[in-house]
Amino acid sequence: MRKDDIMIAAGLAFLILCVQNIDCTSDKSMQEGTPWNYDYTRYHPVSEISDWMERVVTDNPELVSSSVYGETFEGRNITYLKIGLGSEEVQKKAIWMDCGIHAREWIAPAFCQWFVKEILLHYKTDKKLNEMLKNMDLYVTPVLNVDGYMYSWINESTRLWRKSRSTPPEGCTCHGVDLNRNFNANWGTVGVSRDCCHNTYCGSGPVSEKEAQAVTQFVGSRVDQILCFLTIHSAGQLLLLPYGHPHISAPNYDELMAVGRAAAKAMKAVHGMDYRVGTSPDILYPNSGSSRDWARLMGIPFSYTFELRDKGEFGHLLPEEQIQPACEEAFEGALFIITYVHDKAFHNRTEIGAASVARAFWATVLGSCLATMYLL
Amino acid sequence: MSRPLCALWVFMVLLGDRLASPYRPETEPLDPEPHEANSIVELEVPPELDGTMSDGELVPHHYPAQRAAKVVQHYLNTRHGSPYRWIELHRVNKASLEDLGQAGKKYYLEISLKEVISNTDLGQCSAEVLFSGEQDQGAPQVQCPCEGLQKLNTTAEEEALFQRLNSSATPLSGSNIPDSYGHIAPEMKPLWHLGAAAASFVMLKESNESTLYNMAQVANITQLETENGQLRFKYHVLLHDMISQEILHWKLLVSWSPAGGVSVLQTEGQPKPAESTPEDTAPTSAS
Repeated sequence: MRKDDIMIAAGLAFLILCVQNIDCTSDKSMQEGTPWNYDYTRYHPVSEISDWMERVVTDNPELVSSSVYGETFEGRNITYLKIGLGSEEVQKKAIWMDCGIHAREWIAPAFCQWFVKEILLHYKTDKKLNEMLKNMDLYVTPVLNVDGYMYSWINESTRLWRKSRSTPPEGCTCHGVDLNRNFNANWGTVGVSRDCCHNTYCGSGPVSEKEAQAVTQFVGSRVDQILCFLTIHSAGQLLLLPYGHPHISAPNYDELMAVGRAAAKAMKAVHGMDYRVGTSPDILYPNSGSSRDWARLMGIPFSYTFELRDKGEFGHLLPEEQIQPACEEAFEGALFIITYVHDKAFHNRTEIGAASVARAFWATVLGSCLATMYLL
Repeated sequence: MSRPLCALWVFMVLLGDRLASPYRPETEPLDPEPHEANSIVELEVPPELDGTMSDGELVPHHYPAQRAAKVVQHYLNTRHGSPYRWIELHRVNKASLEDLGQAGKKYYLEISLKEVISNTDLGQCSAEVLFSGEQDQGAPQVQCPCEGLQKLNTTAEEEALFQRLNSSATPLSGSNIPDSYGHIAPEMKPLWHLGAAAASFVMLKESNESTLYNMAQVANITQLETENGQLRFKYHVLLHDMISQEILHWKLLVSWSPAGGVSVLQTEGQPKPAESTPEDTAPTSAS
């Protein structure tokens, strides 16, 4: 029996070591991954985010590159970080994530930065993440509406700005267009205002805004590549699926709902926060011209709007103390969807839930058993 | 002798693999052409996409029930809100709608509530919300007898605050609560909650089936002279309506005492301030 006892003990030891390796986020210090002590639990103005992006690229050339893919109304660069492993020549499948399309939703750019930091922190040791980055590229735009975001930083009276900063059209006196009503997706039909002074003003025509044009051109030319389109907003604690029009249903509505619900479950598991899942007309309000709708209409099969914390206590003025928990739960939700989309494309697998984690666990158990058997 | 045991391990692994039961979506084989662009197709709205189910029952997490439940939150804060009490809707558990024709629409709700400051679970409450018919644009009428509210006891803190502000040499004032970073100075937190309670009067009155109000910020607060044993304040609050995404400015004259609760003596809706276009927004260099 002694040999068996040793085998059991060794197997358990392997098990414990392997389970420790699977453990992913949360406990690790937030400062790792970007050793120059960038504070991810504070809000940062555009200049600091731009510097951070440059630094991330310089420090991680094997993983990250950046590119300017458009210009704002006021002539500023719109930049993404491209995150992936492997050859530049190969056109890989990809995930799109943009933050800060609405200026006042400061937690969104904070999340994009947090997301990148988590990738940097874990991509070498997390086998699943490593595999996904070999198979896919992540295109992350930390601030899409750069003009609006900068405007919201000027002083307290500008903090709650939402739109772009384009000049008023003829016959009207106010700046800006609601970029998330400006995309070519049932543009101007529902949930919009034609008054340029309103916060849901959809613009003079579809894709009239340079920021919407940038996304439309870049994503539009890569529709076959892009598996998933995620656009990050606040507030409300919602996961919205296409479409914003109440009479149109996406052909994969059932799958979008199932994946969305599972992602919300993963988010709730972090800090107990509820995120409601559904189409915008069901759980929030009808709308048109959203980037999420446009992406789905273009054929990108998975498209979600994340509305992060909170449910109205602070609204868009989410305290910095909540950046970390808000980002931790959002990360789990985003990662869930990205993992599902990846596994569907690369492993022909559409299970939802802890299955993929459990598989890794049990595969490790088997591996440890076989290894132990060979060693003894 | 190790072979049977390892066979057991293998069996356990395979069993475990099965037990990690994969969810299989009901329909949806893998889409052979995942990137065919769809054109806009008019589809019949399936029942679960519609807000109403049979017999007026509503899907609790859909917007009609959610908007009605938010009105209940405003109502409760007008009655029970204070510098140390702020009630938040936690979840809608059940909802139904009765169409009363000209008399309006009546929502029946089962909701769970929370007192946020003490993090007290107030349990489940039943509520009724009547949105009046089109002709009469009065405030929605709410009933919400909620036993969980009885357990709240904030008398000591309220008395202490009242004494402090009543006897202070300099009248209190503040602005931008919370500030751009979501921060609130600890000594201003009770005045923020008081502002939220006062704002609830306006939010309740202004609510209908097409609004979803929250208080975005206390732009300004100034303490006035105490009158009739009530502390008095001038508040400038910003309300956010989720549906229109607009920020609405209101000026309020508010009185409060621990015994008397919150009263709003005057309200004044403000027009949107003129847009500022500070020079700082012009880029010095494309970045």
